[in-house]
Amino acid sequence: MAFVAAALEEGPTEVGGVIQASRVLVIGVGNAYRHDDAAGLVVARHLKDQAHSSCEVHEHVGEGTGLMELWKCAERVVVVDAVQSGATAGTVHRFNVNLSSLPASMFRGSTHAFGLNEAVELSRALKQLPSNFIIYGIEGQNFDTGIGLSSAVLGAVNDLAEKLQHEVETM
Amino acid sequence: MRSKTIKVDYLARVEGEGGLYIKVRDNKVVDVKLKIFEPPRFFEAFLRGRNFAEVPDITARICGICPIAYQMSSAHAIENAFGAKVDGQLRLLRRLIYCGEWIESHALHVYMLHAPDFLGYQDAIQMAKDHASVVRRGLQLKKAGNEIVTLLGGREIHPINVRVGGFYKVPTRGELAALAERLKWARDAALETVRWTASMPFPDFERDYLFVALRHPNEYPFNEGRLVSNSGLDIVVEEYENSFIEEQVQHSNALHSVLKRHGPYFVGPMARYSLNFDRLSPLAQEAARDAGLTPICQNPFKSIVVRSVEILYACDEALRIIAQYEPPERPAIDIPVRAASGCSCTEAPRGILYHRYRVDQHGTILDAKIVPPTSQNQKVIEQDLSQFVPKFLTLPEDELGWRCEQAVRNYDPCISCATHFLKLEIDRG
Repeated sequence: MAFVAAALEEGPTEVGGVIQASRVLVIGVGNAYRHDDAAGLVVARHLKDQAHSSCEVHEHVGEGTGLMELWKCAERVVVVDAVQSGATAGTVHRFNVNLSSLPASMFRGSTHAFGLNEAVELSRALKQLPSNFIIYGIEGQNFDTGIGLSSAVLGAVNDLAEKLQHEVETM
Repeated sequence: MRSKTIKVDYLARVEGEGGLYIKVRDNKVVDVKLKIFEPPRFFEAFLRGRNFAEVPDITARICGICPIAYQMSSAHAIENAFGAKVDGQLRLLRRLIYCGEWIESHALHVYMLHAPDFLGYQDAIQMAKDHASVVRRGLQLKKAGNEIVTLLGGREIHPINVRVGGFYKVPTRGELAALAERLKWARDAALETVRWTASMPFPDFERDYLFVALRHPNEYPFNEGRLVSNSGLDIVVEEYENSFIEEQVQHSNALHSVLKRHGPYFVGPMARYSLNFDRLSPLAQEAARDAGLTPICQNPFKSIVVRSVEILYACDEALRIIAQYEPPERPAIDIPVRAASGCSCTEAPRGILYHRYRVDQHGTILDAKIVPPTSQNQKVIEQDLSQFVPKFLTLPEDELGWRCEQAVRNYDPCISCATHFLKLEIDRG
């Protein structure tokens, strides 16, 4: 059987990247049917509605390998996700993952074995971490089954969406 | 030390939430509990009153890793109730989307969750620092499976294109041909995965398992077949509930399953492989033999090699289906609704997944029963630990705990499905 081991290391030839490197990739992560877990998704929808030409906006369920695939060709990335750290609902945490790791316990909202934190650290280990990578965590209150954000979280989502419109311009 | 308690509060690198408690007295394991405390989600209850057509989309939400399995078992069960039979290219497309799910689910487990155990790393992130090219290969292999699911299922997670009777939309030949290019790479990468996993160090541990899997007259099983075991069971799926019973145990939110008159049984890749080796493609059989596997594998730690063989088979089978694909005239067959009951069993990545539905004359679900693979494996996992732990009691506490977690991960448990994660406690007195 013809078999070239070296060719298997990096995968098949890719045609183009997922995103134009000139644009900022914004990813809202969450589960739309778990109340405040949808905070990242709602921020992403706000930015989509603004049709910001300088950024490309995606909504994602947070599966780690899918996230890595999404950001592997990007240079500037902003991810917004709901978190649970014990802080007051609606608190917005900002992390520059180029400078330090995420506090893993904060991003354990999913039972999935390979989520956002693992995706960031695996990208770092594989030297595939985008060079300008910011993660926002919005402190949630209610992660039960159902739709709609808590009022404190909704306020934080609106404020962050507005702030991000300016931040993506300066990244 | 003559007695101890091994306690893992949260098992890592498994899907869902659970823990492990092992009680040791006089160097003998006297109690093992795989504690599944993830709360039940009552899917069977809230399916009642919904239309049959909604069931594949609702049940797909049970799991983000194996939604196709839930869609396949539910669609087949409802078609069984209505006396409908999906055949030809639509049937082959169902096999193809299942190939995609096996590839992505197995690649995730082999590379990201299980391999670090054998190579002495805490996780895939630590492993990637020394084995970056291997991890990249695993990610690309998983991507090949994702692409099949995305094309046929409409999206990668919780796909929405599967329906009772077939699909909402079928792919063109060109769309499938584009997939074939990556799958040819994936087939080579899968072969290398078999060789890589076969080179790992395996504990000397074998048991005489009672394997249960589907068996089809001429295919490696995905969607259809008789339920067979290595102890003489050979029944049609309609007899499942006459032969298997579910039991409630205090320490688990997931029901335990046993085979009547036999007890605990083993489902999943090792059972499927050991009962269907002759149904694998020649390439997969040859790769298994070259990897040192015999047609029956009884060392659960070698499940990582068996899973790799199944990735290879799935790539091979996907390419076979794509090569002879002709788009069907219609994406789905007509479904004659009637008051009836029906059931089905398909082979999820982790083993047999049984669904049964009772429907009224309007197609409204009156009753539902779902038995996922992980709940069926709970007792076998506990038995493995009872026999495995005494060999390693002299190990330091943290290493012993890690060994126990590795033994659990042999089963790639999806606790979210079963109740749907794991804490370890070892009580040495």
